[in-house]
Amino acid sequence: MTNNVNPSVLAMRDTGPSPEAQITRDIVKRGVIAAPALVTASWLIWGTNGAWSSGYGLGLVLCNFMIAAGLVATTARISYALMMAATLFGYIVRLGIVALAVMLVRNEPWVDLMALGLTLVISHLGLLFWEMRYVSATLAFPGLKPTTEKANV
Amino acid sequence: MEALAAIARIAAEAGDAVADPAAAKNTAAAASAGYAYGLAAIGPGIGIGIIFGKAIESMARQPEAAGMVRTTMFLGVAFTEALALIGFVAFILLKFA
Repeated sequence: MTNNVNPSVLAMRDTGPSPEAQITRDIVKRGVIAAPALVTASWLIWGTNGAWSSGYGLGLVLCNFMIAAGLVATTARISYALMMAATLFGYIVRLGIVALAVMLVRNEPWVDLMALGLTLVISHLGLLFWEMRYVSATLAFPGLKPTTEKANV
Repeated sequence: MEALAAIARIAAEAGDAVADPAAAKNTAAAASAGYAYGLAAIGPGIGIGIIFGKAIESMARQPEAAGMVRTTMFLGVAFTEALALIGFVAFILLKFA
């Protein structure tokens, strides 16, 4: 019986800079920028409980991004095969962590489930679309950085 | 014998729940919420598997493009995960709100 798997493929790894860490840093930065607006909007709609829930939800989303990036960045330095395994199982684990974090606080007096749920979805998607806009620009024009536009004008 | 008695007790409780419309509604809501969460997690699981499989394939073919591949891969995975998150939010809103 012959083994057709090239061992070097399983041992492939990336020792360069990790783009996931950079993306997550950007996302967290934008999350912090967007947080006051999001919390204020929740406060106006659902009151004080909504504001607390919104802040908690946003923190949960940012932690989720950081754990995901940390997993990929760390395992990519070991091997791509491990990176794939860690991300697939990490998906289940992170979903479980989010579920646990919501379940633990759902009966607390300061939690508004509607505000928390909507914040989870809206902030996750909103921050991703915001980041994607930046990434699309840098992938389409690798020599240009969006921040240099002002300098060129 | 004890097992049969336990089954009979559960069946009797289920019968009571069906007889009470409010309890039946709660049971249906809980079941729907469970289905929503479970079904919402299947699709993203498959999607993430496909994304990672293709990314690994791309990086094996062109290691010099690994940075670009990983950037788009990470965003793709995060977008796919949003589907599961929507399913989870539907679950908590149906079940507890």
